[in-house]
Amino acid sequence: MEEKLTLFKNRKRFGIEKNIDIIFKNTALVLSSFVAIILLGIILVVFFQSFESFSRYGLKFLVTSEWNPVKDEYGAFTAIYGTLVTSFLSLLITIPLGVGTAIFITEDFVPKVFREIIGSFVELLAAIPSVVLGLWAIFVMEPFFRAFFVFLHNFFGWIPLFSTEPTGRNSLLAILILVVMLLPIVTSIARDTLNQVPKKLRNAAYGIGASRWKTIFSVILPAALSGIMAGVLLALGRAMGETMAVTMIIGNSNAFSWSLLSPGYTISSMLANQFGEADGSQVSSLFYAAFVLMILSLVVNIFAQWLVKKFSLKY
Amino acid sequence: MNSLYYQKRLSRNIGDKFFTSLSVICALIAILPLIFLVTYILIKGGSQITPELFTLEPNPPGDDLDAGGINPALIGTLIITTIASIIAIPVGVGGGIYLAEYSKGGAFSRFIRFGVNVLAGVPSIIAGVFIYALIVSTKILFGSMYSGLAGGMALSILMLPTVIKTTDEGLKLVPNELRYASLGVGASMYTTILKVTLPSAFRSIATGVVLGIARAAGETAPLIFTALFSYYYIVGFEDLFYEMGSLAVLIYNFALEPYDAQNKLAWAASFILVLSILSVNIFSRILAAFTEKTKRV
Repeated sequence: MEEKLTLFKNRKRFGIEKNIDIIFKNTALVLSSFVAIILLGIILVVFFQSFESFSRYGLKFLVTSEWNPVKDEYGAFTAIYGTLVTSFLSLLITIPLGVGTAIFITEDFVPKVFREIIGSFVELLAAIPSVVLGLWAIFVMEPFFRAFFVFLHNFFGWIPLFSTEPTGRNSLLAILILVVMLLPIVTSIARDTLNQVPKKLRNAAYGIGASRWKTIFSVILPAALSGIMAGVLLALGRAMGETMAVTMIIGNSNAFSWSLLSPGYTISSMLANQFGEADGSQVSSLFYAAFVLMILSLVVNIFAQWLVKKFSLKY
Repeated sequence: MNSLYYQKRLSRNIGDKFFTSLSVICALIAILPLIFLVTYILIKGGSQITPELFTLEPNPPGDDLDAGGINPALIGTLIITTIASIIAIPVGVGGGIYLAEYSKGGAFSRFIRFGVNVLAGVPSIIAGVFIYALIVSTKILFGSMYSGLAGGMALSILMLPTVIKTTDEGLKLVPNELRYASLGVGASMYTTILKVTLPSAFRSIATGVVLGIARAAGETAPLIFTALFSYYYIVGFEDLFYEMGSLAVLIYNFALEPYDAQNKLAWAASFILVLSILSVNIFSRILAAFTEKTKRV
């Protein structure tokens, strides 16, 4: 026994193996900190590049809509308004559709095979590149909706949102293509959350005589609310930053208008359009706009993460 | 007595019917356009496919009716995505290994996990803006401005969170007994990770990484002012340092051209892009489902 113990004590690792172990661990550590470095790098670089414009225009940049490279006057109100309006309105349409679809595929209205096919199909759609959606929007959606927009303008023209004559690409089309993009996100997250609600909650509700939809509205949806909310916020972040599809269909005009039927701008479409050819203080102003976009999406994302942590299902 | 039977006209039953049909309508409104979208892309794009498409350069937009092919863009997408993978996979897998195997849930790892989620939510165009400021405008890469290399770097920023997340989650699913067994027979930590945990999590990590690559291949926004676009064949190594075309940017540029020939080229490129992304997705899904089944047995 004594002999064996000393045997173990004498069996040390070779020095080189120990060193490899330490090197391996530290490499992994360095690699994992790359995420933080890149994230901080992005924030710092965009901030410092926008500094010139920031010090010249200050917060006035956010509320004026003049964008004139010739006179060197910059204000991003049109783009900021466009970003907020398109993302929030598209979300407003997506939420009921997405949650409704998620309920449809988590309840047993149709056989399980169909529900799974629909579910995975919706998830597949999230993989379609947004530039392809933009192409589709230009050549299929825009002609398809043209007559409808004229109708909207003729009958609801007294509402400021529909007050301009529809001419080709406009903000409303951007909202609709965003709905197509966000639906898969909201639907699949809502479906996952609804599936996680424990069966016994449903059985208990049925047991005391609640009907199916009474159960859904009073038991299942409240239990899944936090997850659905987080999914909605993620979708909101995506909508704000979405570039290609929106750039291709929104019309890209910096003239401010309340109307959804007139061409508009979002921060990301402004960046996509102007960044390549910009120089001088225009670049700095574009960086300022990019900084605003980044802050908006950071706030939304961090809030979503906080929500998930705070209200994750406790059953 | 009657109350034991289903009564159609009871308000709760009418309400149930109403909401059920409402959810069916929601599902229909949600799914029909999506089905229409996919079939339209596949039919419209598929009808433009010709053998020359894969071998020719695109002609500059103009009055000539022949638009040429998409060879440079196709090769460009492959190159840019490869560059992005070469950067993002080692960094991401290494970072994921640290999070899953070494960290003990302290402040640092929580901060990194938080950072991964935040980075995943950064708009893709911001990654392009960042690389533009860091690399394109400073000409730091041997004096070249717009280049395929810069485009690959921008894409790698978008891939990184996905790779880290899948590695982290894949490794966490490996049962601890395997680690104990390996460490117990005297293997060092790095041998345990490289020879035991990483191989047993390989499939789930590979699936996630492949999906991340597929997503990156379709990204356009980070490329439009880092890699820009090129009409010419990629012939040699030094082309990495010049403007490089990609399918995604080709679709964007040619969709906005007023000429029909260019638009058709955009449809053809979309067909190839969508078909390859969808088949990668479907294939990895089937693979994942298959693995799950074999594990349960």
